Amino acid sequence: MAYRVEINGETRELDVPGEMPLLWALRNELGLVGTKFGCGMALCGACTVHVDGVATRSCSVPVSALEGKKVTTIEALAESPIGRALQQAWVEEDVMQCGYCQAGQLMNASALLARNPQPSSQEIQQAMAGNICRCACYTRIHDAIAMVAEKGTANA
Amino acid sequence: MLETATLSRRSLLKAGALAGGGLMLTASLPMVAKAATSTGAAPATLNAYVSISPDNVITIVGKNPEIGQGIKTMLPMLIADELDADWEQVRITQADFDPQKYGFQFAGGSFATPMNWLPMRQVGAATRQMLLGAAAARWGVPASSLKTERGRIIDPASGRTLTYGEVASDAVSQPVPDLETVALKDPKDFHIIGRPISGIDSPRIVRGEPIFGVDTLLPGMKYAAFERAPVFGAKLVSADLEAAKAVPGVEDVLVMKGGDNPELLIDGVAVISSNWWIAKEARKKLAIEWDNGQWASHSTAGYAARAAELVKGKPETILGESGDVDTAFASAARVIEADYSYPFLAHVAMEPMNCTALAHEDGRIELWAPTQNPTAGAQGIAQQLGIGQDKISIHITRMGGGFGRRLTNDFMVQAAAIAARKPGTPIQLIWSREDDIRSDFYRPAGWHKMRAALDADGKLIGMDNHFVTFIKNGQVTLENSMTADEFPAPFLENVRLGQSTMETRVPTGALRAPRSNALSFVYQSFLDEIAHAQGRDLPALMLELLGDREPLPGTRGPFGEQPGFSPPRAKGVIEKVVAMSDFRGRPHEGRAKGFGFYYSHLGYFAEVVEASLDRGQVVVHNVWAAGDVGSHIINPFGALNQVEGSIIDGLGQAVALAVEIEGGAAKPGNFHEYEIPRMPVTPKITVEFVKTDNPPTGMGEPALPPVIPALTNALFALTGKRIRNLPIDTSQLV
Ligand code: FES
Ligand code: FES
Repeated sequence: MAYRVEINGETRELDVPGEMPLLWALRNELGLVGTKFGCGMALCGACTVHVDGVATRSCSVPVSALEGKKVTTIEALAESPIGRALQQAWVEEDVMQCGYCQAGQLMNASALLARNPQPSSQEIQQAMAGNICRCACYTRIHDAIAMVAEKGTANA
Repeated sequence: MLETATLSRRSLLKAGALAGGGLMLTASLPMVAKAATSTGAAPATLNAYVSISPDNVITIVGKNPEIGQGIKTMLPMLIADELDADWEQVRITQADFDPQKYGFQFAGGSFATPMNWLPMRQVGAATRQMLLGAAAARWGVPASSLKTERGRIIDPASGRTLTYGEVASDAVSQPVPDLETVALKDPKDFHIIGRPISGIDSPRIVRGEPIFGVDTLLPGMKYAAFERAPVFGAKLVSADLEAAKAVPGVEDVLVMKGGDNPELLIDGVAVISSNWWIAKEARKKLAIEWDNGQWASHSTAGYAARAAELVKGKPETILGESGDVDTAFASAARVIEADYSYPFLAHVAMEPMNCTALAHEDGRIELWAPTQNPTAGAQGIAQQLGIGQDKISIHITRMGGGFGRRLTNDFMVQAAAIAARKPGTPIQLIWSREDDIRSDFYRPAGWHKMRAALDADGKLIGMDNHFVTFIKNGQVTLENSMTADEFPAPFLENVRLGQSTMETRVPTGALRAPRSNALSFVYQSFLDEIAHAQGRDLPALMLELLGDREPLPGTRGPFGEQPGFSPPRAKGVIEKVVAMSDFRGRPHEGRAKGFGFYYSHLGYFAEVVEASLDRGQVVVHNVWAAGDVGSHIINPFGALNQVEGSIIDGLGQAVALAVEIEGGAAKPGNFHEYEIPRMPVTPKITVEFVKTDNPPTGMGEPALPPVIPALTNALFALTGKRIRNLPIDTSQLV
């Protein structure tokens, strides 16, 4: 049976086993490889996407649970002003080293700012604690989020 | 299109023997012989590194593998500066593996900066001169009367200008300057070197574009998962593949027979599907019988017990002895003795090991490989498959971290061996995180019995280290060795380094700042013990040991002559960090500071950590780092990122990380059992560079080693308890 999931504004048919994690449907079935595999156990946040606007680990949510839901991936992050502002800050602040974790960081950060546009430093740290950056770009990730929170998204 | 077939090499090749025995080329600038049919909009290719389009877009090739150390941005910066380009005009493309064209393509040992500081600038300067020559010919004036400015050529006499793009196709046929003698810029005129420049791939990464090895998508590609023996050194006896083959979506299951060398193919079973998750799940259905031989009895606890026995006796080998150590200890007024140890560590690069391989029908193998060391990858594949290296082509992809793990290319060999069984079908091999942690080339564990002799005045008169390490078939395994010149040996009269060994099959290898990341802890902690016994602090002892000594003689390193350890440079960073951190000032209530210094990969770093304990947890509040990596910080953005990353990496290792071996296998499987630092534990990090008149050196590693002893020394200052085993067991601090 094929599952119908709305991904980045488009309804996609996924003819896969229902228990297949969204991550592997995105990457191997749809060729949306921006969403990254880091652990497969909801431990690192590399695979973070939005499901109905909520930051979700795509490695741990089965395709069968997504019928009728709206999934947004890093490929569509630029469609929101918060997303664009974060992308810009990430580049300007030279946030990343290897960059592999950053899709997940950005998706989690954009969900944070969507629900809390002015997070305190502690709120940023708590919200981002689930996202591992092996290169340890934490200071810059933190500062880039704080910068967007301070400047707002008017120019993005 | 340009004819690029005839590459004429100038007298620019310098060959030197690599530590590993390979051949390395320090500078090469293959030039395109002639612009055969340069047409309108096509870019003119001036040499292997630079091509310029008529509308003045300058494309520079980044030759080395990018693992997040920033090399794809930094090496082209060197070319662009001497070329006198505007950075905004520059595009960068990643080179494929092509040692004929690019010389040594490698990401490790923080080699790239010292190896390429001059050669890449020479490439830029030579290219600029060819452009000047072309403009001079067009205008009929001497080239020496012309100037360049940000991608344009100016004739000051007439005020005429030409863009590089306008003369690039003429410049192709200009004589190629000799790189050795081409005039370089006065450093005060650098306009790109020294400027903070954001990573060149960052705009693509924030959009989620496919750029990493594991993002490789090829038509008809299949995914492979690989099941290996949990026990290191085990052999496959038999495998029942039927249940796995029966899983819907599984396309093939292959028994892969390998050998004894984990750097090549080891025994295992490959499961192939059009979706990696299906292949991974089907692995669970495999029924494999392994022969563990004698290796299943090996464990960390067993190694530790054996090491404790060994250090009670005489070392098997004396690696070095100077002076008269026994007499020094016999005459000592006080002997300090301490046993140190550190565990196996995994790399856990964020992007798990993977490689895409396609065996063409004609016998060629093409790879898309996230590798730090394509040379070794090609050699390994050639050896494993019994084919010539000329049959192997490698596209170097961006990597989600390396940390030394991707210097060893077992995953490439695995992918190639699987692909070779499926000619015509591209195969993407992906390891799970568990595969990655349990099938690593670990930072080796090690044990050291340290002894120091102090005379009646408290002066350090002798030092002795009995080091216990690992061998395989009698040979010391990768990155397990020590040399007798470990600091402070060259600064003491009576020093001995002895070694004893244990047989293992646990694979070992280079982890960021290999050896240094462990020896810094042992030596800087033990020197801290000595300093305390003398009633002073470690920086004071270090400055006394260094004294007024001149730099030690240079050695022949992997890239030619490299300078010897310089006491004045060491003192420079030690004094700097003591001042920056107010090291001797009154500590903040409930906190304490510790100091560490280490010299590795030609970089000098002194660091101070301010720490406290909160309900049994180590809390690091501040880290101050002073580094001397020469005259220029080429890209301050990248450099700071590396220092911050190294510091957090080192602190994470010290506080929480160990790969325990149990039953001959690695125990931790995923991030819940191998806890990488997360954002909330990030300390405030303050970095200053001490610039000295020395050629710039690499940043990927040298900031890591000193932070570990700086932390454990801080915990001693806080609690009076000495941490001698990593990771830190806080229950020993109360
Ligand atoms: S891959 Fe999903 S949380 Fe790590
Ligand atoms: S930038 Fe490398 S893991 Fe985050």
